[in-house]
Amino acid sequence: MIKTVDLKKTFTGRGQTVYAVDGVSVTVRSGEVVVIIGPSGSGKSTFLRCLNGLETLTAGHILVDGIDLADRKTDLNKVRREVGMVFQQFNLFPHKKVIENIVLAQMTVRKRNRDEAEAKARELLKKVGISEKEQEYPSRLSGGQQQRVAIARALAMDPKIMLFDEPTSALDPEMVGEVLDVMKNLAREGMTMVVVTHEMGFAREVADRVLFMDQGKLVEEGTPEHFFTAPREERTKLFLKQVL
Amino acid sequence: MNSSSKHLWSWRLLTFVILFLIASSLWIATKKIDYTWRWNRIPQYFFYHAETLENIPFDGRVLSIKTSGSETKVVLESEDGEKQTVSVEPESLQVAEGDSLFEGDSIGSNSEWKAGPLTMGLLMTLWLSAAASFFGLIIGLVTGLCRVSKNPTLRSLSVIYIEVIRGTPLLVQIFIFYFFLGTVLDISRNVAGISALAIFAGAYVAEIIRAGIQSIPKGQTEAARSLGMTATQNMIYIVLPQALKRVLPPLAGQFISLVKDSSLVSVIAITDLTKSGREVITSTFATFEIWFTVALLYLLLTSVLSQLIAWVERRLAVSD
Repeated sequence: MIKTVDLKKTFTGRGQTVYAVDGVSVTVRSGEVVVIIGPSGSGKSTFLRCLNGLETLTAGHILVDGIDLADRKTDLNKVRREVGMVFQQFNLFPHKKVIENIVLAQMTVRKRNRDEAEAKARELLKKVGISEKEQEYPSRLSGGQQQRVAIARALAMDPKIMLFDEPTSALDPEMVGEVLDVMKNLAREGMTMVVVTHEMGFAREVADRVLFMDQGKLVEEGTPEHFFTAPREERTKLFLKQVL
Repeated sequence: MNSSSKHLWSWRLLTFVILFLIASSLWIATKKIDYTWRWNRIPQYFFYHAETLENIPFDGRVLSIKTSGSETKVVLESEDGEKQTVSVEPESLQVAEGDSLFEGDSIGSNSEWKAGPLTMGLLMTLWLSAAASFFGLIIGLVTGLCRVSKNPTLRSLSVIYIEVIRGTPLLVQIFIFYFFLGTVLDISRNVAGISALAIFAGAYVAEIIRAGIQSIPKGQTEAARSLGMTATQNMIYIVLPQALKRVLPPLAGQFISLVKDSSLVSVIAITDLTKSGREVITSTFATFEIWFTVALLYLLLTSVLSQLIAWVERRLAVSD
């Protein structure tokens, strides 16, 4: 589904070159849930943002469904509609009502008519458990509700893959559960997911595979059992000792 | 009444006293220079009663006079038997049935209310500012978008335009538009005036729009793009609506400025409010009164405009 080959992303500023992502090669198979963990600044968010072309890569290749994002001829907009993304800061459109947030891209990108798009939006709002808020503006919603709308908005495009960039990091602790529940349901339904998170419980319970990144490099990958019980690398052990 | 509102009242009183002192000192000052205020002369320059005399076009006599309501119909007959009916206002009738008249004798008059120079000037100023605001907004929007565009040519062109316009006085720009462009392109003074104002306002609007666009968090664009929207769709549906809402207060300020700056086009002989005021002064010598009146009229225009924008702002605040 997604394959990265020796992915590199550097940022240059003030004469310094920072290797945010430094030669990561990963394969995500269809229906798989991959959780990426690592200390802050390890490049995991940058890696995720490369996967739908929000960051342009410096070197390497990303193949999404066989289409190379590094190829100049690739229409990124076409790739992006197949790859949904959920952000840490929700990024709902504040000037539009909840339902309009979900309807807009369906109509402009997928060219669905309004009735069809609204029906889809209502169905998804029901799925994430906030049908009653469809006529509210995002500012009236709690963080957890906003994030669930954001998930519904991404799902409305019928993506083949969902990317989650620390979806629960900006939430009050009591709202983390409701968002994770929605994500668990998605995983159970067989959605291909790549999740950057600090929720170790979620990683352990839902992930098919866990990737550990540090300083732009993929340090270790494996199943959750292997990862949380018998990590190989020294760096992983140190990290897990601090977070668990 | 609690103590805080008591305090408020005493402060209000103080404000009032200060305003009163300023007004009375102005009054005393004008007394000292022996200026006679003639406010009664002002209203006729807004609206006046124009009287047109009705004359008999031939030598003849009055055949009959019939009054119905506010109209008197006078039937005239010439020496050759030609008949003509003239209607005048009953109070102004100067002839009786059977009177013999010579060509050019007056029968009576009709009067009607006409807009005076100050009203015409006000309308001209309104029209100039409305047209210049409209085109200024369009120019500003386009330039603002060019200013944040990825294309280096569009970016530099917009920067040059903004810098040139902001770096030169409006008065000079108006002269250039009228004398240079007006001559070269053969455009009328009104078009020259409106273009000068629109292009001047456009440069400021562009900077306001740019600031608005840049104030929208990057996450909004990222969210839109991650849904597969193109850069244009993102701009139209996501960034611009939010940016325009944010820049409404500074835009209001810009348009209010434009209404006031429109007074400068009077130098190219467009009869706007300011020029009308100057013309009225030449016939009345009521210099002080006219300028105060003109100032008040500008104040009227600008406060209506700012109320209008405040209303739009309140309507757009529903999503906050």
